[in-house]
Amino acid sequence: MRLSPDEKIFWQHGFITINLTIVTTWALMLVLVIAVRLVTRKLKTDIHISRWQNILEILVTGIEDQIKEVGLSEPEKYISFIGTMFLFIATATICTILPGYEPPTSSLSTTTALAICVFIAVPFYGIAKSGPLAYLKSYVEPTFILLPFNIISELSRTLALAVRLFGNMMSGGLIISILLSIAPFFFPVVMNALGMLTGMVQAYIFSILATVYITASMQDSKQTTVLKTINKNDKQNG
Amino acid sequence: MDNATLVAVASIITAGLTTGIGCMMPALGEGKSVSSALSSIAQQPDAAPTITRTLFVGLAMIESTAIYCFVVSMILIFANPFWNHFIAK
Repeated sequence: MRLSPDEKIFWQHGFITINLTIVTTWALMLVLVIAVRLVTRKLKTDIHISRWQNILEILVTGIEDQIKEVGLSEPEKYISFIGTMFLFIATATICTILPGYEPPTSSLSTTTALAICVFIAVPFYGIAKSGPLAYLKSYVEPTFILLPFNIISELSRTLALAVRLFGNMMSGGLIISILLSIAPFFFPVVMNALGMLTGMVQAYIFSILATVYITASMQDSKQTTVLKTINKNDKQNG
Repeated sequence: MDNATLVAVASIITAGLTTGIGCMMPALGEGKSVSSALSSIAQQPDAAPTITRTLFVGLAMIESTAIYCFVVSMILIFANPFWNHFIAK
């Protein structure tokens, strides 16, 4: 039994290996890029827009709203990163209805790559927002003693992001392949639908967590959000 | 029993225990968090979107402990490093 699509190798030459993960990742990237390119080629500002442009607008505004609700006030800056990751993971999940397809996110290498992207993006956006000194200072908040714990949490949440997505996607595929040997006709279909549901939730959670981490790296904007929520709660309570 | 058999027995029993306990405890935690989220939505329906989003993120955090247990048991069954060590010898 294969644990990940990494083990299905098409072509190998020394250091370079072309396996199922790489092939599906590139295929997904091509599908996403070509589809978006086709849609955005003839954008209109009419009242009557094409249905594909409509879908794209719903997606973009939906992601922007979600980012804004977490506490980033300028979602246009971050949607290129967070939205791309969400769309990639979501498409990787949706395509599981195709026979013979294995999501590239069920391989630990893909999820680790995505988690490392978040790991790099957090200090990148933090420094871009408030400068290197202010960002580094957030590591010694509230006291200097907590410096090692802050660094450990930075590393461990990256590991958690990678293993969470990998475990969820891998378990879906594994359960289906086990069920195929026990109850081959109807039940795997139900489990496949359940796997798609958890996959979509994981795509949402991955991007929301990335947004939360980026928000946390911007100390000042975070504090204002916390203050805003406290004020709102005070108003609601009395 | 030789070493490989011992490793196999220990791995299989540990894998079952890991998934069993590792599913039980996060399930209790998730049940608690969902029930309190539902009751707070019932008290404050206006705050439902915020509560739902926080609930989802929290559920993912809780669920990831179960997923870690699952991954560990999968490693023990399908990619056991100790087993490979004794087979290679």
